[in-house]
Amino acid sequence: MTDTTTIRPFTAASFDQYLAEEKLMASRCMDCGALHLPPRAICPECYSENLEWTETSGKGKLVGFTVVVIVPTFMAEQGFGRNNPYVSGIVELDEGVKISARIIDVDVTKPEEIKIGTPLTVEFVSFGEGDNAKTYLAFKA
Amino acid sequence: MPKSRPLPRGVAIVGAGMSKFGAFPDKNGRDLFVEAYKDMRRSVDKEFDPSAIESFYLGNFSSDLFEHQGHTAPLLADAVGLTPIPAARVENACASGATALRQGIMAIASGMYDVVLVGGAEKMTNLPTADVTDTLATAADVPFEIAAGFTFPGFYAAISTAYMAKYGMTPEHLMNVAIKNHDNGALNPNAQFGVTIQKWMEGRIVSAIKKGKPAPTWENIWDFLHDDRANPMIAWPLRLFDCSPITDGASAVLLVSEERAKEFSDHPIHIIGSGQASDVALHDRADLTSLSAAKLASSQAYEMAGVTANDIRIAEVHDCFTIAEVVASEDIGFFAPGDGFKAAEDGVTARGGAKPINTSGGLKSKGHPVGASGVAQAVEIWKQMRGEGGARQVPGDVPLALTHNVGATGSTCVVHIYERRD
Repeated sequence: MTDTTTIRPFTAASFDQYLAEEKLMASRCMDCGALHLPPRAICPECYSENLEWTETSGKGKLVGFTVVVIVPTFMAEQGFGRNNPYVSGIVELDEGVKISARIIDVDVTKPEEIKIGTPLTVEFVSFGEGDNAKTYLAFKA
Repeated sequence: MPKSRPLPRGVAIVGAGMSKFGAFPDKNGRDLFVEAYKDMRRSVDKEFDPSAIESFYLGNFSSDLFEHQGHTAPLLADAVGLTPIPAARVENACASGATALRQGIMAIASGMYDVVLVGGAEKMTNLPTADVTDTLATAADVPFEIAAGFTFPGFYAAISTAYMAKYGMTPEHLMNVAIKNHDNGALNPNAQFGVTIQKWMEGRIVSAIKKGKPAPTWENIWDFLHDDRANPMIAWPLRLFDCSPITDGASAVLLVSEERAKEFSDHPIHIIGSGQASDVALHDRADLTSLSAAKLASSQAYEMAGVTANDIRIAEVHDCFTIAEVVASEDIGFFAPGDGFKAAEDGVTARGGAKPINTSGGLKSKGHPVGASGVAQAVEIWKQMRGEGGARQVPGDVPLALTHNVGATGSTCVVHIYERRD
């Protein structure tokens, strides 16, 4: 059986497709070894176009966050709002790469108690049905 | 790494103007630009024939989404009678204005033109707030950052949490920036919210009494700023008064080659340094507490100008959020990393301080019509350097000044340095 993971293009669509399969995938430069998350098609370290997909550990720590109270339209459609805020954050994985994600299972009413450096594990949050279904990247404490 | 070469030909500002900033239901972006252009025209000291203008660069972020109007540059050139000169729109999110200014500088420095108009315009208040938020969000890396639920206040809130954890700042420290910028904006007749926070609070009390509601019992502005109803949370730890507003407005400057400056102006303001850099998305950066593109653009501009941060008397920086001014004041070299919030607390950045920042009121109080802001910063510098700052004029001479304009969370930063020689 062909391993299709090696031939998916390094695009946002491929990244989202992997999320739907509950995989947080990065791209690795096969020439200099640099790891890229979000995935890149060209390595900015050595300008190589020779990259491969690699699954991340999904483990990391919080480096910056916010509790979003005034929410964007698509999050309002998912039931969030002034009375139901959510946390967005930047997560540094154990591999050293960072990504933006939703942070779940934290107390949104006590943001001052959410600590930079909190260990986190990847989660996949789905919303919508049928053709409108989309999986979002999240991390939980 | 880009080299910082001296400009092959000197460039000077000989006119600068702006519309009033605010919410104007009956004016579109074009109408506001006409106001800015007329204000600029009146600021030119000597007889000035508009037919001398050879090219036009416009900073505009998203007339397409805000006003359903594209192809904005020739339209605005036409509105001020400048067709058939070439007109081009420059889009770099909130740094569109300073990026347009840089195009004008390069057009003159290259020798291609002698006289160039640079403008900025944005009409934002047609849309409901949610749609404005969604439009501004297009300045981020949409599939990776916005999908995580980030909004622009959210990004700068995340920068705040990283900065607080690293340097021990508290959300209260950020309020000093808002208080100072409203103090300045109260003296700027073009400001959207030209009122001190003290007056704002008093106005709220008067209005409550008039409506027969119980009068709020705020003891002082700190009490007011801590009240969730008066100063609601937008994205923790940033509250309403940490955020620049949604604004309609326009700005314009007239640039000429240095050797022709005295034909137009008794007191031209020379642009002696220009720097611009780009950066990766916020999450991809080694450190969230500084904008590396701002540091790089600053060092390019300082090197080109042959001056240092110590030489700069005043700066207009991109305070889209209070934390952004703190970070900016460090990135331009005014203060060491981690000292910016203390300088704001100690009044160093106030009009009477050693390093005044945002004498115009900044984006916070003057308003932030996205594409117009970068050019409006140069308008304030022009006034201050010529001693035309009115009630908000800083004491003493302003021989050297700086502007710092940021796109998104620092994916673009543009820095300019200005000199008065007479």
